[in-house]
Amino acid sequence: MFLKFSLRSVFYGAGGGNDIQWCFSQVKGAVDDDVAEDIISTVEFNHSGELLATGDKGGRVVIFQQEQENKIQSHSRGEYNVYSTFQSHEPEFDYLKSLEIEEKINKIRWLPQKNAAQFLLSTNDKTIKLWKISERDKRPEGYNLKEEDGRYRDPTTVTTLRVPVFRPMDLMVEASPRRIFANAHTYHINSISINSDYETYLSADDLRINLWHLEITDRSFNIVDIKPANMEELTEVITAAEFHPNSCNTFVYSSSKGTIRLCDMRASALCDRHSKLFEEPEDPSNRSFFSEIISSISDVKFSHSGRYMMTRDYLSVKIWDLNMENRPVETYQVHEYLRSKLCSLYENDCIFDKFECCWNGSDSVVMTGSYNNFFRMFDRNTKRDITLEASRENNKPRTVLKPRKVCASGKRKKDEISVDSLDFNKKILHTAWHPKENIIAVATTNNLYIFQDKVN
Amino acid sequence: MSQKQEEENPAEETGEEKQDTQEKEGMLPERAEEAKLKAKYPSLGQKPGGSDFLMKRLQKGQKYFDSGDYNMAKAKMKNKQLPSAGPDKNLVTGDHIPTPQDLPQRKSSLVTSKLAGGQVE
Repeated sequence: MFLKFSLRSVFYGAGGGNDIQWCFSQVKGAVDDDVAEDIISTVEFNHSGELLATGDKGGRVVIFQQEQENKIQSHSRGEYNVYSTFQSHEPEFDYLKSLEIEEKINKIRWLPQKNAAQFLLSTNDKTIKLWKISERDKRPEGYNLKEEDGRYRDPTTVTTLRVPVFRPMDLMVEASPRRIFANAHTYHINSISINSDYETYLSADDLRINLWHLEITDRSFNIVDIKPANMEELTEVITAAEFHPNSCNTFVYSSSKGTIRLCDMRASALCDRHSKLFEEPEDPSNRSFFSEIISSISDVKFSHSGRYMMTRDYLSVKIWDLNMENRPVETYQVHEYLRSKLCSLYENDCIFDKFECCWNGSDSVVMTGSYNNFFRMFDRNTKRDITLEASRENNKPRTVLKPRKVCASGKRKKDEISVDSLDFNKKILHTAWHPKENIIAVATTNNLYIFQDKVN
Repeated sequence: MSQKQEEENPAEETGEEKQDTQEKEGMLPERAEEAKLKAKYPSLGQKPGGSDFLMKRLQKGQKYFDSGDYNMAKAKMKNKQLPSAGPDKNLVTGDHIPTPQDLPQRKSSLVTSKLAGGQVE
């Protein structure tokens, strides 16, 4: 006798969301404009969560800062306001190879704060830059030889001497490029990751991973090279890479074939031989033309604890225990209803969309995006999941977001959306979760939404 | 009876059984989709996903402009117009040589991101 319970309700989240009630907080960006440069390409909180950085297709970085909580009106957490914005990368033309290099920011990663200034790494397809963001809130006044507006005084009119003093001024936030790490990647950089030693970082392209020292720009060490001697034999590419949050010698990289390799830099200088290979066995009779494409991992993220890692492939999110290589410990279906739409998703290239995923601060909930400006959260403890929408229609602050539901087939209930009505141009590829609080940043194509949990 | 036995997986945990049955249910739609695709594009290679699209991925966004080629072709054509790219400017195939018109416009001076301007709602 076997108990067969309904699987659909578990996978499609009909059981209701997790215990957090998410409310709209802010939305940033133009309402109607459809400029390509505005497409948001990366979103990242810094280590304290006080700063939130975005990168876009136009090579610009915008940093938001959370305002200090107003102790009197503590019905919401501080809002995020613009702190700094700068042009990180510009379009370039490689004259030697006759090819154009896009300025789109692929990734931003923050360094932990060591002094008054903030540092982040931003990268496009070819060049990584270290940016210093510093505040200036005082300026020297009372020069002897200069007027306040900068004009030089006639020295013969100077009859007394005074000591210039620092006086307060309006806060100015300046961003300056401190290091430029260039010319180390033949292929397109997809990932950067800062080591827990806070001195080195890795950058990964389709075929190679390089290790850099933050102080040294004229050389980097190649630590992974999967380029075959004969390019005709190319069967897989590197899709993402990340350093372990605690072990400075360990990193992982994912591939287009759905595998993750964990490497130990102590084993050898060139980490072509993995220490661990994480792969879920596939039933060969289930294989189709699409199998490999949808198994391609678009993102890999370690849990904060370092014990688990999460991977995102086209249809699902998988949690792996680093101690178990042969299968993930948890699998969450993001939008399984798309499996019967793979043909058209291949034709419109959506099947190649690279969704990212993220953990909450306590590693108990994971989040990822989907289409129609929907995003999904999975609570690992309660096993409940929820689908929410990033839309300007819900933009009254402190209004709780209504869970959404997609009707896969058959009778569509009221308030459900049928698969065929989904807007595949509205994709949420990038999301980020505040490291300590229940505040999330969700990027639609060109808008940034900030949601918070309901604070009483 | 036999169908029940097929789905009886001696799994250590229910999670695996769920996944297995899910896969079986999901397999049919995927195969159906594959058949649809092959019907539309019969020339699609036998090799699923294959290195064709991997190579395309490695070359994503690249546009090659060789001034030597361009000038030689112009000289050959003499007064005739060089064929310019069709509607899909991303695909450069055959005899077509990328011309300066095909390359995307270099962006003009830099505008502040709309995330930084505009209202905070």
